[in-house]
Amino acid sequence: MRSSVIIFPGSNCDRDMDVALKKFGFKNQMVWHNDQSIPKSDLIVLPGGFSYGDYLRCGSIASKSKIIKSVIDFANSGGLVLGICNGFQILTETGLLNGILQQNKFLNFICSNVYVKVKDKQNKYFKDLKKDLLELHIAHNEGNYFCSDDELKSLEDNSQIAVTYCGVDGTENEKTNPNGAIKNIAGIFNKNKNILGMMPHPERMIDKYLSGEDGSLFFKNILDNFK
Amino acid sequence: MEVTEAVAIDHGLKKEEFSKICELLKRTPNLTELAIFSAMWNEHCSYKSSRKHLKKMHTKGKQVIQGPGENAGVIDIGDDDAIVFKIESHNHPSFIEPYQGAATGVGGIMRDVFTMGARPIANLNSIHFGSPQHKKTRNLLRGVVKGIGGYGNCIGVPTIAGQTTFDESYNGNILVNAMTLGLVNKNKIFYSKAAGLDKPVIYVGSKTGRDGIHGASMASATFDDKIEEKKPTVQVGDPFTEKLLLEACLELMADNSIIAIQDMGAAGLTSSSVEMASKGNLGIELNLSEVPCREEKMSPYEIMLSESQERMLIVLEKGKEEHAKKIFDKWNLDFAIIGKTTNSKKIELIFDNKKVAEIPIDLLAENAPIYDRPWKKTKLPQKLKFDKDEFKSLKLSDCLKKILSNSNISDKKWIWDQYDHTVMGDTIQKPGGDAGVVRVHGTNKAVAASVDSSALYCFSHPLTGGKQIVCESYRNLISVGAKPIAITNCLNFGNPEKEKNMGEFVECVEGITEASKYLDFPVVSGNVSFYNETKDKGIKPTPTIGGVGLISDYQQMLTMDFKTEGNLVYVIGKTDGHLDQSIFARELLNEKKGPPPTVNLFNEKNIGETVLDLSRKNLIVSCHDVSLGGILTALSKMCIKGKKGIKINSLKGLTNKYEYFFGEDQARYIVEIPKASLKKVNDILNKYSVHFDELGTVNGQSIEYKDDINLPIEELADAHKYWLKKYMDS
Repeated sequence: MRSSVIIFPGSNCDRDMDVALKKFGFKNQMVWHNDQSIPKSDLIVLPGGFSYGDYLRCGSIASKSKIIKSVIDFANSGGLVLGICNGFQILTETGLLNGILQQNKFLNFICSNVYVKVKDKQNKYFKDLKKDLLELHIAHNEGNYFCSDDELKSLEDNSQIAVTYCGVDGTENEKTNPNGAIKNIAGIFNKNKNILGMMPHPERMIDKYLSGEDGSLFFKNILDNFK
Repeated sequence: MEVTEAVAIDHGLKKEEFSKICELLKRTPNLTELAIFSAMWNEHCSYKSSRKHLKKMHTKGKQVIQGPGENAGVIDIGDDDAIVFKIESHNHPSFIEPYQGAATGVGGIMRDVFTMGARPIANLNSIHFGSPQHKKTRNLLRGVVKGIGGYGNCIGVPTIAGQTTFDESYNGNILVNAMTLGLVNKNKIFYSKAAGLDKPVIYVGSKTGRDGIHGASMASATFDDKIEEKKPTVQVGDPFTEKLLLEACLELMADNSIIAIQDMGAAGLTSSSVEMASKGNLGIELNLSEVPCREEKMSPYEIMLSESQERMLIVLEKGKEEHAKKIFDKWNLDFAIIGKTTNSKKIELIFDNKKVAEIPIDLLAENAPIYDRPWKKTKLPQKLKFDKDEFKSLKLSDCLKKILSNSNISDKKWIWDQYDHTVMGDTIQKPGGDAGVVRVHGTNKAVAASVDSSALYCFSHPLTGGKQIVCESYRNLISVGAKPIAITNCLNFGNPEKEKNMGEFVECVEGITEASKYLDFPVVSGNVSFYNETKDKGIKPTPTIGGVGLISDYQQMLTMDFKTEGNLVYVIGKTDGHLDQSIFARELLNEKKGPPPTVNLFNEKNIGETVLDLSRKNLIVSCHDVSLGGILTALSKMCIKGKKGIKINSLKGLTNKYEYFFGEDQARYIVEIPKASLKKVNDILNKYSVHFDELGTVNGQSIEYKDDINLPIEELADAHKYWLKKYMDS
């Protein structure tokens, strides 16, 4: 499976993503934000970091960058686009995904392990995933997902909520919500479910010496579904 | 403006220093020249009070590639890999403006590391605040933590360990010490020594503004009531630009275009240009009209003194200008050829086609004043005679809970949750352990790092305190299974013009030197911060040691959490029950006198090597050194982290349980041993002739000791985990 990771000035999880993708067998390439086009890919990843310093609003300048038109075209033609953390913020700023990511409820940056519940498996990311709960890692200051009532209803009606924050036993409530996100939302799809944006970082959980290895399951599953 | 003695004094120079400048120059300097002298001759840049004593430090070792004197120290970790590291203070600015002060402290130290060609792989920090009850403490802490996080998180370098303490002596002077480790190929290290004539001098990075003018002089003076007026001397950081600068510099460093490179830190363009020329025994000519400026009509004076952040000065190979410019253009950074190296051995400044300053380099560097300041020895205080009958009214379990929730012992998760500690995907030991550990990317090796200081011990007896922190650092590295290699130090002290403070400095340095020599744990970089004093009240002497060690196979890394029920727990090293200067004495007896625990370097080394041997042979499964709060505190942390209890044996021949459990004797480790390894462990302990006590067995969900203690782990965890969060929320 061919993947491309876009590097914006200020991206800082691009290498981590490259390492993770290659570890599980993706043929990955790095693409500079000023490039006109993206090499032939089956998956495009917008990595975490602080694209363009996150000035103005997180992800907002990146959503107007040169490369982004190719990303939008690719997404609209049904290609898989994955945005992690700042990548998720960029996807909402482009309008490819609904809603916005506000500052965390307690106004602090949070770096911590979290559990997320996989809410939908009828998609190319989570289909046949052996677990329903994943232990992943978050590191963000603006991960507090918010959208209008109509948008929320539409997300729910179309099963576009991808993952939600929960406890180790699967409980979803205020206590297991690290950043105040509406309905504990940690990640969402577009209607066609080819675009996934999520705050947690699977690429930081890819071997047992790190914070955990549930990220491995995530990447392997994408590959398995592609075959 | 005419330069007079009064103007010189306004610039922080002493009367005698001004006369010396006139004498050396054989004329009165103009204002720009005076500014350059004041920037180079202040304490922060010239080390004029400390240099004499720093010379004595132990700085050499088999693995040392570069000792003090460069942007950072470098050590060899095998296979052509080298670690570049340094710690630096940003105390004064952080007190005036905590967010920017701390943020630019982190930015500055990272630049010191990547200037040498290394990619930063880990950040650490040691931060010290006034009493929790002091009205400024909460906001200062919040601002500093946000500043450190704001900068480090954005660059994408994990913050893997740190230290936070509270003490009333920091009420008017907080301490913010930031440390960075970088990884470099040992054949591709870049230095700041200029070489060759007529080579282009390049300015890259952010534009120059009026921020931070006189920053270095501000950091070389004590504070008074008017410190708010000093806000403009604090620099403003932009981590995004630094990230671009990092990537651009590393890209340019991939080939052989750079002759010398130096970041513009304290005293900005002045000190970077003078240092490069001085090290290369050359002259340098700068055309200040070419310097990219952020504000209009900046004068040569302002350009030379600005401490705007995220800037670098490079001496480039001739003909590489276009190639270099392309890289900086790609990263959207300013690039300007602002001068050249010369054989004049002078710094010559041109502005608007006129020469505006001309000073022989040696007057600024080698001829800078050196002071042999008078100092006073601190006598070892008398050992206290505790009234042990008084102890009996204290319940062991109450004492333990009180100590665990002490501001200096309690869990600092509230802080490090705000630091990205997992970015770069190689953090295998997070903050909260004895040391942070990151893998050397793509190899089996891992690097451990720890920051430590013990101001109470150093205040009570600087010589012992100096030794103790080096040992503490050594133990913290060994506790995670790392072989200690070298240290960096940040020497935070009061006013060196006072005999007592100067004496604290001299004797701490002596202690550090003695211990680092004995343990073969050399100092490779560091920084001195004097004048941490407000309205005549100085801080307790707070030398901070940043230690770095190597784990050759990261699978052998140790953590402190108890692993398996039924495993045996030993304390290795002898417990005499030294309570003077302990948390127990302060917190429960309100007793602040007495000497710190004695440091026995032979024991430190021998016991350290024993524990390292045990870990290399995979005979122990967890390890934690015993320090502040003694055995019971250390055990509690191991229980809380492992979510497992311990049944402590009835200890034979125990003179006093309070002394045993809370004494802060040095050179001790607690280890967890699987039953199957027991015989081998005993053999090794006997071979090294080290003392050990069989402390107990990992068991259940409580900490139990005879009828005295029966505390569920959850109750301990509550006492330990929430003090800081509650404090910050209140």
